[in-house]
Amino acid sequence: MSDSNIIPKWLSVGVIPLLNLLLAFCVSGLFIFFIGENPFKAISVMIKGAFYYPGAIGYTLYYTTNFIFTGLAVALAFHARLFNIGGEGQAYIGGLGVGLTCLIFDQYLAGFLVTILAILGSVIFGAVWGIIPGYLQAKRGSHIVITTIMFNFIAAALMVYLLVNVIIEPGQMSPETRDFASGVGLVQIHMLAKYLGLNMAMSPLNLSFGIALIVSVGFWFLVWRTKFGYEVRSLGHSETAAIYAGIKVSYTIIIVMAISGGLAGLVAINELLGVHNKLLLGFTAGYGFTGIAVALMGRNHPFGIFLASLLFGALYQGGTELDFEFSSITREMVLLIQGLIILFSGALAYMLNPLVENIYIKYYGNYNNA
Amino acid sequence: MLESLQPIISLLDSTIRISTPLIFCAMAGIFSERSGIIDIGLEGKMLLSAFVAATATFLTGSPILGLFAAILASCSASLIHGFACITNKGDQVISGLAINILASGLTITLGIALFSRGGQTPPLGAEQRFMPIEFPFLDQISFVPVLGDLFAEVISGHNLLVYLSILAVFFTYYVIFKTRFGLRLRAVGEKPEAVDTAGISVFKMRYQSILIAGMLCGLAGAYLSIAHGAGFGREMSAGKGYIALAAMIFGKWNPIPTLFACLLFGFLEALGVRLEGVELLWIGEVPVQIMQALPYVLTVVLLAGFIGKAKAPGAIGVPYSKEG
Repeated sequence: MSDSNIIPKWLSVGVIPLLNLLLAFCVSGLFIFFIGENPFKAISVMIKGAFYYPGAIGYTLYYTTNFIFTGLAVALAFHARLFNIGGEGQAYIGGLGVGLTCLIFDQYLAGFLVTILAILGSVIFGAVWGIIPGYLQAKRGSHIVITTIMFNFIAAALMVYLLVNVIIEPGQMSPETRDFASGVGLVQIHMLAKYLGLNMAMSPLNLSFGIALIVSVGFWFLVWRTKFGYEVRSLGHSETAAIYAGIKVSYTIIIVMAISGGLAGLVAINELLGVHNKLLLGFTAGYGFTGIAVALMGRNHPFGIFLASLLFGALYQGGTELDFEFSSITREMVLLIQGLIILFSGALAYMLNPLVENIYIKYYGNYNNA
Repeated sequence: MLESLQPIISLLDSTIRISTPLIFCAMAGIFSERSGIIDIGLEGKMLLSAFVAATATFLTGSPILGLFAAILASCSASLIHGFACITNKGDQVISGLAINILASGLTITLGIALFSRGGQTPPLGAEQRFMPIEFPFLDQISFVPVLGDLFAEVISGHNLLVYLSILAVFFTYYVIFKTRFGLRLRAVGEKPEAVDTAGISVFKMRYQSILIAGMLCGLAGAYLSIAHGAGFGREMSAGKGYIALAAMIFGKWNPIPTLFACLLFGFLEALGVRLEGVELLWIGEVPVQIMQALPYVLTVVLLAGFIGKAKAPGAIGVPYSKEG
């Protein structure tokens, strides 16, 4: 897959992705129309739900945080032409890193120290869950798509086992750990605002959002401003060329998957340290898969990923509002929209290229010869 | 003595019930992947067709019509996949993933819009499902020790689709290895340029293959909702499509070994359910999650080349363009 070089960049990177997105929304709208509801009313309900009500923006940005992490995870792997479908499992195991760190240390160490260790724990555990498929791809030739899918399921089984049998709070029925000690965790923004004398509506938005933004800048620096990033991108463009250039392919693949897994693992800090304050079953809720849509839409660039994450954050938060306003459409509508976005922005990403190229050439002539 | 065989017989019986959708889907995967198209979308096609089968059966009252509707729905999903990654040369993994997520959202949303039951379809009565078929001569041989029980419980008494799934394996084997179509299909998956040079359309071959895959996934979905089950429940396929994918790899893209992989994975699941809460001698209680994870772990180990080597078709995942 490569972008067209017949048309200028603003068309191939700006206009065509927007047209693809528009197509996905049009099909979603048609669908809503066919089940007998007004698509425009649905949109306005979702926009209100995502931005208008008190606390709505906080919720939207809280979801956005998850998508930034998983989107960056998928994008880094894409830069090395690796398809990491395992974000879901890596985030889940990242949660194990957070949970274990907190459960072991929160009785002995100060809260902020435990929090820092837990953040490291999420990254390290997520990284391990990425390294194994990376190693198997690099050294044993196993297809990374298949291995990461399998690792999602293995992670799910492992977490159910641990939460039901091992780290469950004794005497509890639901598979959750005990609460982390007070003082452990990332502070929520509305609490921070209150401390500063501002009045903000309650929402789960927490410091993880800031961390996500810093990580995004770090991602840009790593990919476009370091030797390692250059090696990753060379590998993604042509493995043969990378080998000739003396890049250690296996090593690069393994490190990319480690960082990718670590990024996905960070979802756990938003969910567990920022909101739930304990480790619980199924907290990843499909964010890892949404990360794929986010990376595709954001064209693997942190700024694009931020915008795509914001869109998906708004869809998720706005989607919950559908439940209240409509009887026949619910938040699962968002899954459908997500599927369509992956289809149009991902699998059919270049469907419109010939059309746009023809129109462009007709009016402006060949861009490269101009 | 014979009494102690009863658990084993019922274990084999549930193995067959659990394996049936895996077998259909894995055969679908073989058709698709042997022609060079990665099929992550088995799960979504099965889920979609399970929903359509239950809905059509509920609306028409006929499970046969439900079955055809399921096949139609699954084939439409195949066509979307084909349009994206054969015609438009899109990424096959992304397209498959899109189908899975689409199916997830579509079935729940449509289910709620149509039936207002939180995504479920209304339960189906016995006459609206494929019911167990009792083989003749059951009474005559029931006195034979072991074999009689085996025949009555394991071989006889399943619904039509269970037997169809076994037929599907032989159908797959025959078509892929014994027909001209199959030879071309395999060639398209290994060296599409060669097939193209011989004057055969790579596009057409690949579309035909994924349509067959669609039909088989449709059968798998119908099995879930109108044969094994009595209605559709949300996320009913529950990862079976991925287990089938694993079984296909485990069977190295060959129908007969894949059949055994499906039976093995079905057996593991049946055993896991059976052993839940049972204290085994020396071992203690085996967590059910180990049995659930085992198919995936085994597949990873196999793919890594630690037990034999699973080699995918040569041109898999690569879109074909005539010009080069």
